[in-house]
Amino acid sequence: MKIGIDVGGTNTDAVLMDGDRVVAAIKRATTADVTSGIVEALTSLREQRDFGDDDIEAVMIGTTHFINALVEADRLAPTAAVRLGLPATASLPPFVDWPASLVRAMHGRAYLAHGGHEFDGREISPLDLEELKRHAADMAAHGIRSVAVSSVFSPINSELELAAQQVLTAELGPDVAFSLSHEIGRIGLLERENATIINAALRELAATIADGLASSVVGSGLGAPLFLSQNDGTLMDVEYARRYPVATFASGPTNSMRGAAVLSGLENCAVVDVGGTTTDVGVLSQGFPREASGEVSVSGVRTNFRMPDVLSIGIGGGSLIRADGAQVGPDSVGYRLSSRALVFGGTTLTATDIAVAAGWAEIGDPPLVAHLPKEAVRRALDTIAGRVAEAVDRMRTSSSPLPVVAVGGGSVLLGDRLPGLGEVRKPENFAVANAIGAAIAQVSGEIDKVYAISAGRRAAIIDEARQEAVDRAIAAGADPATVEIVDFDEVPIPYLPGNATRIRAKAVGDLDLRAVTR
Amino acid sequence: MSGAVPAGPITKIGPEISALARGAAILGTGGGGDPHIGRLLAEATVREHGPVPLVQLADVPDDAVVVGAAMMGAPTVMVEKVPSATQFAHAVRVLTGRLGITPTHIACIEAGGVNSTTPIVAAAELGLPLIDGDAMGRAFPEVQMVLPTLYGHAAAPMSVTDEKGNSIVLDALDNHWAERLARTATIEMGCSSSTAQYVMSGAQIKEAYVPGTLSLCVRLGEAVQAAREANEDPVAAAAAMLGGRILLAGKVTDVERRTKTGFARGTARVGGTGRDTGREAVLHFQNEHLLVEVDGRVETTAPDLIIVLDAVTGEPVTTEATRYGARVRIVTAPADPRWHSPEAHRLAGPAYFGYDTAPVLFDGSVASGS
Repeated sequence: MKIGIDVGGTNTDAVLMDGDRVVAAIKRATTADVTSGIVEALTSLREQRDFGDDDIEAVMIGTTHFINALVEADRLAPTAAVRLGLPATASLPPFVDWPASLVRAMHGRAYLAHGGHEFDGREISPLDLEELKRHAADMAAHGIRSVAVSSVFSPINSELELAAQQVLTAELGPDVAFSLSHEIGRIGLLERENATIINAALRELAATIADGLASSVVGSGLGAPLFLSQNDGTLMDVEYARRYPVATFASGPTNSMRGAAVLSGLENCAVVDVGGTTTDVGVLSQGFPREASGEVSVSGVRTNFRMPDVLSIGIGGGSLIRADGAQVGPDSVGYRLSSRALVFGGTTLTATDIAVAAGWAEIGDPPLVAHLPKEAVRRALDTIAGRVAEAVDRMRTSSSPLPVVAVGGGSVLLGDRLPGLGEVRKPENFAVANAIGAAIAQVSGEIDKVYAISAGRRAAIIDEARQEAVDRAIAAGADPATVEIVDFDEVPIPYLPGNATRIRAKAVGDLDLRAVTR
Repeated sequence: MSGAVPAGPITKIGPEISALARGAAILGTGGGGDPHIGRLLAEATVREHGPVPLVQLADVPDDAVVVGAAMMGAPTVMVEKVPSATQFAHAVRVLTGRLGITPTHIACIEAGGVNSTTPIVAAAELGLPLIDGDAMGRAFPEVQMVLPTLYGHAAAPMSVTDEKGNSIVLDALDNHWAERLARTATIEMGCSSSTAQYVMSGAQIKEAYVPGTLSLCVRLGEAVQAAREANEDPVAAAAAMLGGRILLAGKVTDVERRTKTGFARGTARVGGTGRDTGREAVLHFQNEHLLVEVDGRVETTAPDLIIVLDAVTGEPVTTEATRYGARVRIVTAPADPRWHSPEAHRLAGPAYFGYDTAPVLFDGSVASGS
């Protein structure tokens, strides 16, 4: 059996799962210190369904600690950004376009150095060892404890980032942490570098959290290996999490979507998560959330790491209803629903009141909304259905039919069908979808590279790219017998010669628990 | 609408860069490169050197020595191998040094896309004024596709330089040759180069350039922003400023891409919504949008402008980022009238791009020049 735990800002959910079956599920308030919250969740699970320590094969945890630390600019390590690319790129040094307060919070220092590659793999300039040593001396003098290294076109050739790390480590000693951009982002230097710097700034916190999580599991008497969920819904082990905290940033919505999918038994569907203020719509393709293709802004910083593509609209259970139901939201009574909404004796007409008046939900005191005119209720429900349907439609990538799964406390606002989309499925147990998503997670490998495709070589290059993704998944701990390509994308790049084509491939497999040693 | 936006030309470019980049992306007609990186570059240079004076075309002395500055290469490379601070000015220095001339003004070649901002960087670095205008009034993919070609002006002698310090000054038989030779050098330089081209006198520039297009970019960017802030329609604001029409509002229902000799060719289908329900537009693009049909009828072709904007925000949607489900509105707008002679149509009309149709103006009428 596996245990999935989702540590959110408000609640910590945990599930005990036997295959795809939920055996026990609990929900507790999140505690300020990581360890006690996890221990408490594990104890509560055990109370609901006792299990032996050896029954548990793995513990999977999804956490919002790291993104919250960034948003709050809290506990960030003094961080240096070293970019290899001179004489190119000098005009826009690292940290350009960042909020000044965030740079201050991590005592950010930027260094430019020689290195980097052209699109076709030639070096822009060789590494300058003396230059790197001078930079290292300056870092040491300024108390830098974590370093982000980015090199031009490192997604095509990573050797200079690795070489620079060696040189700098020799100067700075083994206690300074390194984050390399080719392991974190894709093409687009500034955005990849930004994600790498954020990762570097979170490295010390990552060590603390990883220790806390590990000791809480061990402290509960469990010997099972521990994994954290990543942005794309796959797993990383604790050691990886120490090095790549940034990879956990969007695990919340991802786990929720994947949990919803498993509850509904669908691999390809739209997931509509209706909360109190907003509705988040994502799309699962072969069981994984589709990733955002462009830049994602995190705390005012443009990045391009792998994040699920989520569209949020301002409709939720607390949304204000105006104009006889023609206008819903975007403002919401939020957490004050239980005092402001009509069904709770308040004076504000909210979307929840509408659902109760329509007889779709029993919340609060239904007679308090019995007076609402039927047409207005109907109109509000139609408005909600229309806007949610439009959001789902925007997220589709083709005109073929896509089933819709609704989760979240606000899903009572949706009927059994959405216009133009058909049936809406509302699975049981949706309240702990996040923890379920963590528990069922698999392991992945991905490549994202630019290839020059010469005549007649296309098939061979595609095979090569797919194989590399498969190999990476196996290296990350996937059972080779279960690995398959779940995402493949081939986009020609304008103005580049030789049919330059960007190829992305992603392979996913089940976690090979036999291969995991601990 | 937006009464907050002052009309008329601007006299210097400083804080206006972000508005200019947004307007330039609209004139980029789906291509022209990512103006985000261009905006960051220009802002960094202006922070260092101060705002760049902008000179109206009419105010340029006839004997002025004007040098055009532009990036050449693949936008994808530019977002990875970000240009160096000084390579734009270097391209100008290399060319003028070789020719033994002293430049008095910098000019913009292509107001659409990233090349709206590169001459700002060059001018700031060189301490020279920038001319408010450009050589095409939109974005086009090749060196010869400018109005000065129609006036018999030569792109070459032209410099092609990289960030390492390599440079080539090339002479060419005509502007098509300048394109071929410069493109080859650019590829060797890592598919991104800085160029100085179309050295012209003030008198020639006044005749051959499209006036006021950098101011137009700023005003366009401001108008879209202001309309959005005032809860007005940013797409209508953009269409009005360009003297164009909103051809169709709809949703992208299909995108098809294929490569052909280095150019991303493709089509995007837009199914009409709202008042346009039941109609369908097909956009044909090769980096830029070049032809749009509605229900099988060709509604507009290059050289007129075909602009795809996000239906709600008015932000331009590039051909690369066009994908299923996007709610867009298609705006068509007139190019400079000089783009509508038989000779101009041979240079940048639909036939040059491989479409078997006569040029069609932004309002759907067949160009009389053909």
